[in-house]
Amino acid sequence: MSHVLNRLTYFKNRVGDFSDGHGVTTTEDRTWEDAYRKRWQHDKIVRSTHGVNCTGSCSWKIYVKGGIVTWETQQTDYPRTRPDLPNHEPRGCSRGASYSWYLYSGNRLKHPLIRGRLMKAWREARAVRTPVAAWGSIVENPATRASYVKQRGLGGFVRATWDEVNEIIAAANAYTAKKHGPDRVIGFSPIPAMSMVSYAAGSRYLSLLGGTCMSFYDWYCDLPPASPMTWGEQTDVPESADWYNSGFLILWGSNVPQTRTPDAHFYTEVRYKGAKSVVVSPDYSEASKFGDVWLSPKQGTDAALAMAFGHVILREFYLDRQVPYFQEYARKYTDFPMLVRLIEKDGRLVPDRYVRASDFDDGLGEDNNPDWKTVAIDQKSGRPVAPCGSAGFRWGEQGKWNLEEKDAGGSDVDLAITLIDQSDEAVDVAFPYFGNRRHDHFHGTDHPDVMERRVPVKRLKLKDCDVKVATVFDLMVANYGLDRGLGGEWTAQSYDDDAPYSPAWQEKITGVTRDKVIAVARGFADNAEKTGGKSMVILGAGLNHWYHMDMSYRGIINMLVMCGCVGQSGGGWSHYVGQEKLRPQTGWLPLAFGLDWSRPPRQMNSTSFFYAHSNQWRYETLGVDEILSPLAPEGDWSGSLIDYNVRAERMGWLPSAPQLQRNPLEIAEAAEAEGLEAKDFVARELKSGGLKMSCEDPDDPANWPRNLFVWRSNLLGSSGKGHEYFLKHLLGTSHGVQGKDLGATGEQKPQEVAWRDKAPEGKLDLLVTIDFRMSTTAVYSDIALPTATWYEKNDLNTSDMHPFSHPLTGAVDPLWECKSDWEIFKGIARSFSDVAPEVLGVEKDVVLTPILHDTPGELAQPFAVNQWDKGEVDPIPGKTMPSVAVVERDYPNLYKQFSALGPLLSTVGNGGKGISWNTEHEVEHLKDLNGVVTEDGPTKGMARIDSDIDAAEVILMLAPETNGEVAVKAWNALAKATGREHAHLAASKEDEKIRFRDVVAQPRKIISSPTWSGIESEKVCYNAGYTNIHELIPWRTLSGRQQLYQDHLWMRAFGETLCVYRPPVDTKSIKPILDQRANGNKEIVLNFITPHQKWGIHSTYTDNLLMLTLSRGGPIVWISEDDAREADIEDNDWVEAFNINGALTARAVVSQRVKPGMMLMYHAQEKIVNVPGSEITGQRGGIHNSVTRTVLKPTHMIGGYVQQAYGFNYYGTVGSNRDEFVVVRKMNKVDWLDEPVANVEAVS
Amino acid sequence: MAGYLNQFAFGIYPYICLAVFVVGNVLRFDHGQYSWRSGSSQLLRRKQLVLGSVLFHVGILVIFFGHLVGLLTPIAIFDALGISHGAKQILAIVAGGLAGIMCLAGMLLLIHRRLFDVRIRKTSNFGDTSILLILFVQLSLGLSTIFVSLQHLDGHEMTKFMEWAQRILTFRGGAAELVAGVHPIFKAHLFLGLTIFLIFPFTRLVHMLSAPIWYLNRRGYQIVRTKRPGSRATVK
Repeated sequence: MSHVLNRLTYFKNRVGDFSDGHGVTTTEDRTWEDAYRKRWQHDKIVRSTHGVNCTGSCSWKIYVKGGIVTWETQQTDYPRTRPDLPNHEPRGCSRGASYSWYLYSGNRLKHPLIRGRLMKAWREARAVRTPVAAWGSIVENPATRASYVKQRGLGGFVRATWDEVNEIIAAANAYTAKKHGPDRVIGFSPIPAMSMVSYAAGSRYLSLLGGTCMSFYDWYCDLPPASPMTWGEQTDVPESADWYNSGFLILWGSNVPQTRTPDAHFYTEVRYKGAKSVVVSPDYSEASKFGDVWLSPKQGTDAALAMAFGHVILREFYLDRQVPYFQEYARKYTDFPMLVRLIEKDGRLVPDRYVRASDFDDGLGEDNNPDWKTVAIDQKSGRPVAPCGSAGFRWGEQGKWNLEEKDAGGSDVDLAITLIDQSDEAVDVAFPYFGNRRHDHFHGTDHPDVMERRVPVKRLKLKDCDVKVATVFDLMVANYGLDRGLGGEWTAQSYDDDAPYSPAWQEKITGVTRDKVIAVARGFADNAEKTGGKSMVILGAGLNHWYHMDMSYRGIINMLVMCGCVGQSGGGWSHYVGQEKLRPQTGWLPLAFGLDWSRPPRQMNSTSFFYAHSNQWRYETLGVDEILSPLAPEGDWSGSLIDYNVRAERMGWLPSAPQLQRNPLEIAEAAEAEGLEAKDFVARELKSGGLKMSCEDPDDPANWPRNLFVWRSNLLGSSGKGHEYFLKHLLGTSHGVQGKDLGATGEQKPQEVAWRDKAPEGKLDLLVTIDFRMSTTAVYSDIALPTATWYEKNDLNTSDMHPFSHPLTGAVDPLWECKSDWEIFKGIARSFSDVAPEVLGVEKDVVLTPILHDTPGELAQPFAVNQWDKGEVDPIPGKTMPSVAVVERDYPNLYKQFSALGPLLSTVGNGGKGISWNTEHEVEHLKDLNGVVTEDGPTKGMARIDSDIDAAEVILMLAPETNGEVAVKAWNALAKATGREHAHLAASKEDEKIRFRDVVAQPRKIISSPTWSGIESEKVCYNAGYTNIHELIPWRTLSGRQQLYQDHLWMRAFGETLCVYRPPVDTKSIKPILDQRANGNKEIVLNFITPHQKWGIHSTYTDNLLMLTLSRGGPIVWISEDDAREADIEDNDWVEAFNINGALTARAVVSQRVKPGMMLMYHAQEKIVNVPGSEITGQRGGIHNSVTRTVLKPTHMIGGYVQQAYGFNYYGTVGSNRDEFVVVRKMNKVDWLDEPVANVEAVS
Repeated sequence: MAGYLNQFAFGIYPYICLAVFVVGNVLRFDHGQYSWRSGSSQLLRRKQLVLGSVLFHVGILVIFFGHLVGLLTPIAIFDALGISHGAKQILAIVAGGLAGIMCLAGMLLLIHRRLFDVRIRKTSNFGDTSILLILFVQLSLGLSTIFVSLQHLDGHEMTKFMEWAQRILTFRGGAAELVAGVHPIFKAHLFLGLTIFLIFPFTRLVHMLSAPIWYLNRRGYQIVRTKRPGSRATVK
């Protein structure tokens, strides 16, 4: 009815009164109500999630109305948990709920964009040349190349068509492969678990090309190297529901309600159930309010606190009284009983390496790998035995790699944890101490560098000498500074004695009072004793982002292991930092790295790569002598950090990218010409110097990375530590680096790396970013490709926080010209196959691979560290140097390979983590499910992988976690190694096959698989280490146990055989700039801390308008009231933070919650919204990584040594950043840099 | 020619304006309910608004009702009440002048805000700014007629306008001729006034028609709307 006519009934529409006229009944128009009804009406709901970096992995309902995604709400249909346990939902957070904003936002990338000058150069060149020749003409002409390279980050994008950009990218890739080698084509993408098909799209293309896929977990500094060291496991953690089973929870450097929001309810619930909780955090974080106790140690000193906790636990639960549960756990599941040799150095006894079976005349009866079998004393016989389960039993023999208390002969053994009752004598053993090292901003103590403490030992007659040996436990007790009535110095008889690592000792370092330390440690261990290990520590970035993160982590792991918590439901180690659980991992690997077509793929640890190729090594300020142990073994420990990295690459410890100075496509041919196998040829040429590794001269143009793909990532706006160095050297554009390199400062230069006086600026020929938004990385790219958002594509998503696998599905088709990552890389692959035949055919590619963990090769270098380049040993591929393999690349058919499941899965099978199984049956199933390729060509008759859903089906079909039949095969494969039956863990699910449409219907729990150390069961929650304890499957370490003693030569050299307290390192980035560039305002120096934030982490980004509105609408840093007062800074003032690495601008949030001396800048605030120019650099603001620089740690480079052998995203150098300090001051002039710059010519 | 223009402007144009006014408002009210609003910018900047808006609205309401009553009340009624034309004109000049000055002050504040506050300027559309300026011109014309009126205080000219308006509204001929000889300022004021009726349905002025006067007649604290088939929960 007409509204006007309706109004004309005004006097007639009252039809009655009620309640004495207080209410009236009318017949007035009600159509307006429909507006409110329509607000919540929608056409359909689609299941998706937020998929690049959110480990929350919540399933969401995406609402579509009139073809428009309108809003999202949390899914609530997770499968129920068992009775007695809270359910998983509610899951979701405000960040996820804000995501739909991106689809239609102004920041959306809508069309393929290319730098205008590059487009102009390309069109000119392409008009008269074939594609590859056209690209060559651009990058070979320095002026043309510089014309777009120097414009990176300065705007100037123009729209292009998909056909044209695909051709440019393909031509660049083909040119690079032909001219320099395919390993110069690099790709970076993080966290596959969150959208694994999208990750696989790019990595499959790169792997088929021979390009290099970059790691992320180590680069993000989220990888805790303590985990592979201790367990031989990248990271495995309990699902969040298992928190509910805990009796005592310590939250340590992890802010659960803020950064694990969807899981925090389990924490709240278990507190209602009665669990005790202690929160350890320097600032009053959101988590702190959950604690019964809040401990606020000085930031970066957590290891001191952990050591003091360990001191108390050992004293009260191991020495003064022995807890039967702890004793049994320590004997069976830890290296406490293992024997360590003590050798003399400078007149003192120092702990050396583990005793091995091969040290004995008879090898203790072990013929297979006796070098890799550790030894302990059997209490019954008093004799040394080599118990089953050590790494030597894993390879070369079957059936004895288990944790049964037996030796290889099958006799029962009862290992002695301590020798104190049967020792031959007690001797002084020297331990290094680092807590006395001077640091301007951290308190130390004045104890000596080396402390000798008395340890009970046994004398053993070995084949080459008589040595004194001690158990790991006895050494550890001495290291913790506990008096055992053996006399000697530097031990604490009471908690009040100031000897490392007593509760009294730590007060000066951490600022936490001793009574709190004692109470917390006692409560923690007491709960574990009473509950059989249900004490848990949730730990995170607050600890792991420090240079010496291993020490904090190992200090905590020690506590958990001492108390028998690891592998027990409700207990253990919960590292939640950027961790992922790609649950169907072994199904995903073949798809992602093209293992169905060729093996091995090229993979690289990003930290070392970016350290070398953004030239951060040229500015290194940390000397090896500053971190070397005073008890370092004899040998040459000179050199700088990059020297250690180069040595590690040469010895096959760490990967290389690029690998060799010569194009790897030429090497196989050269070898064939001489009638040699490629590996022999490479070894010979490396030795003779005819072939050089690229790492020795990263600045030689022949060794530059040339093409870089970045997808699902914001490398330059978020994770790129040393941001300004990236801009200067890798990208070659305007930057804010303030320091001078070693050439200019005259400091000592590296030994192993060629020094070039002029550092390269602009190594990359082409930077391609694939994103759905104009991120900081996209702004700096040459080509920005618009991808589908998380509501516009089909993909899979898993997390370690819950046991479900669920999908991303397209609620709407990709908007504008966007395409899914799968379609984008398919398109590039198609163009590549069209373009490549100009210069490439079927080629032989020589691929170098480091010595890999979980392969027989991990038993490579048992004792000494010998370098072939120094003539100490011959270069033997896979043993003393990287493995060498020849891989055939069928470049003209790359697209066909990309889109079909290759033959190797039928002929070689599949596997992971050291076991393998046959997959013929699964390949046949996939042919039926996806259909087969009908077109003629090399892929005819193979299973199709055409769409993203096809790709998802490949993953689900091949993975034991989603295909019960495969799970049973996998458990049976493991059973061969352990000699025990495990298939019962999956037998009941043998017929279960989870398909893509199943997870679209409802999230599905995965099936237990030997890929992981926990199980999915109706009886227990998923918990790391569960199968090690309950199935007696050894940890994948040298001793096969949880290994608290690290005996590699380099671990001894750097003083980290046992956990010690190490203060933060001095990056020396302040003094050269403090008070040098005055603006009249007071300058103060603060520790620069970059935690994860509330308004833009994990499931959205900081440029999201809704989140900006909830926060302060731009970059912010948090400082304490005390520091603000000192520097005359008021809340909301614009401040600048800077050091020699660069500068950043932000508004100050002045808050009581921040500890004086530190500044918090929440991670990844980017420089694209409300960031003014810096007074120091003249450039726009900067991001949090503008003031950081990567510093490598040599112990993370160790390889060829069982658990300390390389694995992609498993071990390697990590990009720490919290030891950094900044100068902070108020800004005088807030310059938005929004005027036209006269001297910058208009971008074409 | 001049005669034709006069006939068009004051004899035909009024009907065009009134027709557009009526039809336009009905259509907009029926089909553009969400656009039927005053478009207040108070959220963006409160300063100047309270004073400016109150002065403006009080002034313009007095002027509006002054015109309404003054023009449309049959002359016979004034005569019957014994109000002389001269006295009526003086009343109009004084009351209108005072209200006009109030309105002018308020309007200047509003114009200043609208043009010089960046946030308001950026969020204003063409209509928002132009209607304000048109009202300003109209007010200025109206105020400047005072100087003309002071030349002939006998009310003679005024009765022409009353007669003209009443003829127009009662569809009687000869209206245009009545105002053919008046001072050009009056003509401009009249013409622009008619034009405001013309553009009225397309501007925020429509909020005038929704002044919430019905609250005055409202009884009851709770209103229950009865169910009526066809109007409830219709999904369109």
